[in-house]
Amino acid sequence: MNADHPMHGVAPEPGVRKPDPVLIANDLQRSFGGLQAVDVKHLEIQRHTVTSLIGPNGAGKTTLFNLLTGFDSPDFGEWHLNGGPLVGIAAFQVARRGMVRTFQLTRSLARLTVMDNMLVAAKDNKGEGLWGAITGGWHTTEQANEERATELLERFGMIDMAGEYAGSLSGGQRKLLEMARALMMNPEVVMLDEPMAGVNPALTQSLLAHITGLRDGGKTVIFVEHDMDVVQEISDWVVVMAEGRVIAEGRPEEIAKNRTVIDAYLGEHHGEAAS
Amino acid sequence: MEWGSVFIDGILATIGPVTAAYAISAIGLNLQFGYAGLLNFGHVAFMLVGAYGMAITVDLGGPLWLGVIVGILTAAFLGFLLGLPTLRLRADYLAITTIAAAEAIRLVVRSSWAQPLTNGVFGIQGFADSFFELNPFPPAELYGLGSLVVTGRKLWVMIVGWTVAVLATLLIRRLINSPWGRVLKAIREDEDATTSLGKNVFAYKLQALMIGGAIGGIAGMLLAIEQQNVTPDAYLPQVTFILYVIVILGGAGTILGPIVGAVVFQFLFFTIDALMVNTQANIGWVGDLLTPAAAGQVKLVLVGVGMMVLMVFRPQGILGSREEALIDER
Repeated sequence: MNADHPMHGVAPEPGVRKPDPVLIANDLQRSFGGLQAVDVKHLEIQRHTVTSLIGPNGAGKTTLFNLLTGFDSPDFGEWHLNGGPLVGIAAFQVARRGMVRTFQLTRSLARLTVMDNMLVAAKDNKGEGLWGAITGGWHTTEQANEERATELLERFGMIDMAGEYAGSLSGGQRKLLEMARALMMNPEVVMLDEPMAGVNPALTQSLLAHITGLRDGGKTVIFVEHDMDVVQEISDWVVVMAEGRVIAEGRPEEIAKNRTVIDAYLGEHHGEAAS
Repeated sequence: MEWGSVFIDGILATIGPVTAAYAISAIGLNLQFGYAGLLNFGHVAFMLVGAYGMAITVDLGGPLWLGVIVGILTAAFLGFLLGLPTLRLRADYLAITTIAAAEAIRLVVRSSWAQPLTNGVFGIQGFADSFFELNPFPPAELYGLGSLVVTGRKLWVMIVGWTVAVLATLLIRRLINSPWGRVLKAIREDEDATTSLGKNVFAYKLQALMIGGAIGGIAGMLLAIEQQNVTPDAYLPQVTFILYVIVILGGAGTILGPIVGAVVFQFLFFTIDALMVNTQANIGWVGDLLTPAAAGQVKLVLVGVGMMVLMVFRPQGILGSREEALIDER
């Protein structure tokens, strides 16, 4: 084991305490009718790491994302960002506090240009208030935002498309735009819901590099993914969900060997048929 | 048959105060529908509330300027009332609520129960006197170019109406070209994405509904002043749909679309109207085929066909961008 690893010495068990958690959830529950979609006893996310959230379809990963970001309300439970409770906080407020999400199905603002997609994400623009819009005086902020947006678009290799409608981009480019746009808010925690879905393999590598780049730039990344190879490659920590519960946690190489995880993915009796 | 008079009638109606009022109302609807993506199917209610707010204030002895302020505030307040319960829900809830509320308001206003305040079906008159006292043109004198002639009274309403239309357009341009307008367009594209970027989507939608409603209220007042009369049955549901035709014809989500749409719509509407009346009266076989009343119906059919042709060949409207219209919602 590598002693430099941020998760060095953290035991691979569900609900384990982390040395420096940015996000803590306690007893988070959400059911739809009779289905318990999320039932998480305790979960901590370590600061400045890439944590991947995996699990079979219907494990509650996206529902957990929705709960944590305020897009859905839990039946029970509480969670904190940097010690600040987020219970009952509206989704847009959660985003302003520094936890920004993307969506499984890409949500580019189709009839806005790529640049406008970026600018709309910037925080604290007084021209976004009705009064500020009428009285003016927001052009200095706008200029600073444009510079930041240009930097980000350059980093993501999209500066040539700045003037085009986001709706004319390819699926992979939209994923990149969505990620770049989230960064415009300068968030502390970035939550990516299946950022690789529908992206061609050539672009996957560049997306992965951007995700690790985010961590190295001081952000905490939580992302949902199905592809185990991708997860193995870039995660510092893996959280496995099944039937709404966290069934395992650990470093990628530990998770790959974990009996519970293999059972959850492949069914409990897969080894016995052969014997 | 007099072709000249057909066009003169069409042009006079097009530049008249009623077109200005429709243009102003469409400017308000365009902010809601074209920029914020709000399906307000009861826009006529904002016009009604604005007109009655003004008329009742003056009727109770208030000055006209106070009536105008009351009209604007009541229309904005209606937007607040309709938006508060519905704007957190899916878009169709606003559509259902507004269309139902618009009819409910009209029926309440014309009911005998409300008669002490609204004078029921007979409506309110005489509230516009102080407006016409300000008229610098002798009301009976004729002004114009060639055969295009209007009275001084009409000229006064026209000037005020089109001035308000231009001011409303300038206000919308300022709002839409600001970061506020960008957020509004983002909401039209995707509410959840805009929420995830830290914007209070509900507050923006409510603001758009109230501002658009207030502008609709101003249009209602202008219409009432022009007719010097406000009656509930001038605010039937089809007014809302004519406004939608105007907004879509001009180009939804464009700054000048509502004005262009109103002018083109009114011109076609009244030219076709004059044409039908003229041919019905002067060309024998048409007169045999159609009664005067049926000719009026054919006019509406022609307007409908024209709209369909527009939707097929130019779905983005006259001023809309083709590129924008072709973007699919992937």
